[in-house]
Amino acid sequence: MSLGRYVGRRLAITVPVLVGVTALTFSFVHLLPGDAVDAIVGFRDVSAETEAAIRAEYHLDQPVWDQYLLWLRDAITLEFGESPVTGRDVSATIGRRLPATLALGGAAWLLALAIGIPAGIVTAVSAGKPADEVGRLAALAGIATPNFWLGLILLFVFSVRLGWFRVLPPDAPLVSLATVKFLVLPTITLGTAAAALVMRLLRSSMRRELDAPYVTAARARGLPERTVILKHVLRNAFLPIVTVAGLQLAFLVDGAVVVEGIFSWPGMGRLLVRSILRRDYPVIQAIVLVIGIAIVLANLLVDIIYAILDPRIRY
Amino acid sequence: MTDRQPTTDRGRIRIVGFDDAAEQKRDSDASSDTADAAGTTADPSIASRGATGIDPTTASTSASAFAQPGRRLENAWRRFRRNRSAMTGLAVIIVMAVLAVLARPITVSTAEVTITLQPFSLAPDDPTAMFVGPPNAPPSLAHPFGTDWAGRDQFSRVLVGGRYTLSIGLVAVALALCVGVPLGAIAGYFGGWIDEAIMRVVDVLYAFPFLVLAIAIVPILEPVPILGSGYWTVVVALAVTGWVGYARLIRGEVLSVREREYVTAARALGVPDRTIIQRHVVPNAIAPVVVQATLNVGTVVLTAAALGFLGLGLEPGSAEWGAMLAQGRSSLLRGDWHMTVFPGLAIFLFVLAINLVGDGINDALEPDRDGRDDRRRMR
Repeated sequence: MSLGRYVGRRLAITVPVLVGVTALTFSFVHLLPGDAVDAIVGFRDVSAETEAAIRAEYHLDQPVWDQYLLWLRDAITLEFGESPVTGRDVSATIGRRLPATLALGGAAWLLALAIGIPAGIVTAVSAGKPADEVGRLAALAGIATPNFWLGLILLFVFSVRLGWFRVLPPDAPLVSLATVKFLVLPTITLGTAAAALVMRLLRSSMRRELDAPYVTAARARGLPERTVILKHVLRNAFLPIVTVAGLQLAFLVDGAVVVEGIFSWPGMGRLLVRSILRRDYPVIQAIVLVIGIAIVLANLLVDIIYAILDPRIRY
Repeated sequence: MTDRQPTTDRGRIRIVGFDDAAEQKRDSDASSDTADAAGTTADPSIASRGATGIDPTTASTSASAFAQPGRRLENAWRRFRRNRSAMTGLAVIIVMAVLAVLARPITVSTAEVTITLQPFSLAPDDPTAMFVGPPNAPPSLAHPFGTDWAGRDQFSRVLVGGRYTLSIGLVAVALALCVGVPLGAIAGYFGGWIDEAIMRVVDVLYAFPFLVLAIAIVPILEPVPILGSGYWTVVVALAVTGWVGYARLIRGEVLSVREREYVTAARALGVPDRTIIQRHVVPNAIAPVVVQATLNVGTVVLTAAALGFLGLGLEPGSAEWGAMLAQGRSSLLRGDWHMTVFPGLAIFLFVLAINLVGDGINDALEPDRDGRDDRRRMR
């Protein structure tokens, strides 16, 4: 199958998934117990006029199918209405918070790669030696550490006791020295488990590659071990890392939900938790939709990149 | 689907025979890869497998299907027992489970009678009893883990809290398995539109991160009367989000198992599909699911604790480890470190032990498939 046809097929599979993701997000308000209006206003008492206005705004007087299509049309144009709790425009709120989350998530991802890749190479090359065992236990410890606990402890030690970092984010623009400095602890908190996962994945995929005939051939030709590892093995071992980028994204989003709360970082994760506690359903709906679509698109992109990188992959 | 090395896939038969020595070398490499599986090379079954000239995985699966049904588990247990770190993890889990059960007496009471199921009480105080000591006291002899803001004994709370955490992990994973394994097996076995329908649902749910989905489900489940307290809400939310992983995993395995001769033979003999799936397909496809389910107990425990930490899980006052940490931030800023350290340490220890056991099971069941589980760990 040619690359073009593969991409076309992959796109075709994505369409029903996107429909499913939007349908599920749409039905969220309707799955809540009670009337949809109650859900939208957060189960508070409202006057009859307000109720009628909400019914009209969310097209609740029409069949569910039409409601979905109208909601979808609004969602595509990023029109999520106003939050009934805060009265602010939902898209504007999310737009304001998205960069903060992207900054934190991107920094954590870079940290995960910066630690995970070298550690993965070292443990794969020294399999069976003490360095490998130490790396294995460190990775397991990283996976097993609850991120909220790690965050609290870092906050306590470095911010409260030592005073190296601020407890609350500075009132400065996102790209400024103060903000970058503040982001150190949240980044470590969020990136630790991800680094451990990258390391383990790279180690096992390198172990598989090291057994391959081409490695023996390269060694037989007398190439220095360093060249064999860094130029031949690593390049091939990277592919499985690419495939998990979508899962990594989901993993980081989950982490951000918790970590942002601990460090009072004004991102989407904290907004989501706060909206759940305040029963601000339109905001929840919008955030869940953004996350779901981002992950579907990330997985699509990963599969296409993978197919370009490895011409053998066509299915 | 994305496997780049078809030869390591299950179900491939490789004709060797002329390079027994190389074959055995490969096996010993694979096992020393696990670093701690000392003595696996001495396992006589590997030598005999090498001599038969069939890929070890095929040999062991077909053996379990025909000749020696118990043999595969026996071998796996032998390999597991030699794995020191996995056994340590198992010991930690058993100790924590025993501590949680023996923490306070368990009684069942009806209108007239009260039956004591478990009379022991390791925890000195009732976990809900307030002001058994001064509030926010640091660790002391009377209260080894200190007391919280309401003067409740932290040590007792951490011990009893194990009941919530451990049982949530087990029950949620068991429920998810009950949904995911049948659905995935049916999708893989029948294929066609059934497969398409089930897998598209799986794809859609996969688009949402585990915790985000659980967070969104909690308010839907909370008012359901049967679920009542927060405990079952958390369990069901985690099961609803958790089954997808198992369905996807077992479907992939079933796709290869259903092409085996014994399945064709059973079908030719007129065995009903239901029986084929239950007797022949699922038992031979379940190994990676067992590994993932074990690792997922850790993930589920972490997520349940995160829900409690966010105030969305069990009631804020309950002795669940995550909920106990919810007070952590404000108490830390006041300088009371002990309230955060101990419940978190308990979660950490348990999840670490589960991961050690999961790795051990992986090495024991499928010595050839080192590390494939890491992708799954993210769910």
